[in-house]
Amino acid sequence: MQMTNDNETWEPKIIAFCCNWCSYSGADLAGTNRLNYPANVKIIRVPCSCRINPMFILRAFQRGADGVIICGCHPGDCHYMTGNYHTRRRMTLLFSMLDYLGIEKERTRVEWVSAAEGQRFVDVMNDFVGQITKLGRCRRLEDLRCRTN
Amino acid sequence: MQDELKKRACELLADGTVNRVLGWSAGDFFYDITPTVFESAEDINKNFVYNDFCGANLSKYLIAESQKEGKIAVFLKPCDTYSFNQLMTEHRLKRENIYAVGIPCDGKVSAETLHDAGIHGILAVKKDGDDLVCDTVYGEKRMAFDVAQDERCRSCKSRKHVVYDELIGEEGEVLDSHRFDEVEKLEAMTPEERFNFWQGELSRCIRCNACRNVCPACNCELCVFDNPKSGVFSKAASNDFEDANFHIIRAFHVAGRCTDCGECSRVCPEHIPLHLLNRKFIKDIDTLYGDYQAGEKEGQMSPLSAFTEDRDAEPSIVQKGGIR
Ligand code: SF4
Ligand code: SF4
Ligand code: SF4
Repeated sequence: MQMTNDNETWEPKIIAFCCNWCSYSGADLAGTNRLNYPANVKIIRVPCSCRINPMFILRAFQRGADGVIICGCHPGDCHYMTGNYHTRRRMTLLFSMLDYLGIEKERTRVEWVSAAEGQRFVDVMNDFVGQITKLGRCRRLEDLRCRTN
Repeated sequence: MQDELKKRACELLADGTVNRVLGWSAGDFFYDITPTVFESAEDINKNFVYNDFCGANLSKYLIAESQKEGKIAVFLKPCDTYSFNQLMTEHRLKRENIYAVGIPCDGKVSAETLHDAGIHGILAVKKDGDDLVCDTVYGEKRMAFDVAQDERCRSCKSRKHVVYDELIGEEGEVLDSHRFDEVEKLEAMTPEERFNFWQGELSRCIRCNACRNVCPACNCELCVFDNPKSGVFSKAASNDFEDANFHIIRAFHVAGRCTDCGECSRVCPEHIPLHLLNRKFIKDIDTLYGDYQAGEKEGQMSPLSAFTEDRDAEPSIVQKGGIR
């Protein structure tokens, strides 16, 4: 099932769900500071990390993502007070379940990135992309009907 | 036991405590059991059944029944009482319209297991020591009761009734079950082995939705899988994504609320071990957030609605392999 990156043109596809208040601003800051992060990271802005329904993550894998990362405000800093505390419990359980079904635990991650942490955003993304590149393609939940290329 | 329950049901109707009784009746065969509402003593005497095949958990039927006029009596086995409490916690039952009678249970059997073991033409069954003795048209057949009973009964977590208005028989105890053993076996495999295992199991799913419809925790009036705009096709799966999506989401939605009553695995026509998904969540919740048994008490806060500010594990614990 697992394809290694013998295909030289292969580039990992990463979906990053970023909370509007902290992490998305953090990404923005990285941009205004002209810091580079890999272009394979596609950011989807959400109002709060706890807006993320488990189905969003499954959908990303369905459509060919190789890794999914969720970024939210640091615990205690949620714009809506408690959203990321819920994210923390939900995603811990969901990632553990995904791993249990054979979607390697290295393909999912939660990171807390504040609006001031442009550099941290870049470091996190570089690290995650590196990790996924090592793991290779994720075909296990991919839906061929969704292929566009 | 059946006669005792029949007698009590008739008394409850006669003295006006209730105007209906929720129990079980048999279909064409005595092992072909279906939940039934009885309205008269006559009906009860003729059709009420309580035997080794009465596995069906009646608590979910109370969602609709307790909304009706008058009080209804219901017979609940120990595991059913956990579902009852959980439904109460979720404000799905009108308690004042229910008279709950706790009844004993020493494990239920399903005719399918017997048929699969080559025992056909069953006329009657009885327990004899550790065996289940089946009287069949082909003569007497025996099977170890432990093998014959449903998986959830083999790994029964509790024989204690956690709620009732009246108890028939004796108060049981919470048992030391080994219900997480199978989960641990899977956890010890490689991701590839796990994927192959689940692909083998889940690809048999015909999306009949029986697991969802029977589940006391799946009590949403509108389900995500019924939403035509969700882009989730409720018809039979066409690929791994559809299978995994349905099963992960179903299990995730009941995480923290699933009492492990075992109805989902019992009704699945494809014998998909859904309890292994539910128990993974239960096990992780116990490990991370402290032992929690859904339905143990009315009004408990689900671990997925709660949090602590400073003591909750970070999701990276999964990457570190820390939940095992
Ligand atoms: S699968 Fe989810 S949405 Fe559907 S009934 Fe169950 S809990 Fe509700
Ligand atoms: S998921 Fe299965 S075991 Fe859990 S409450 Fe629902 S039917 Fe019972
Ligand atoms: S009962 Fe079994 S076959 Fe039916 S939808 Fe559930 S898992 Fe699939």
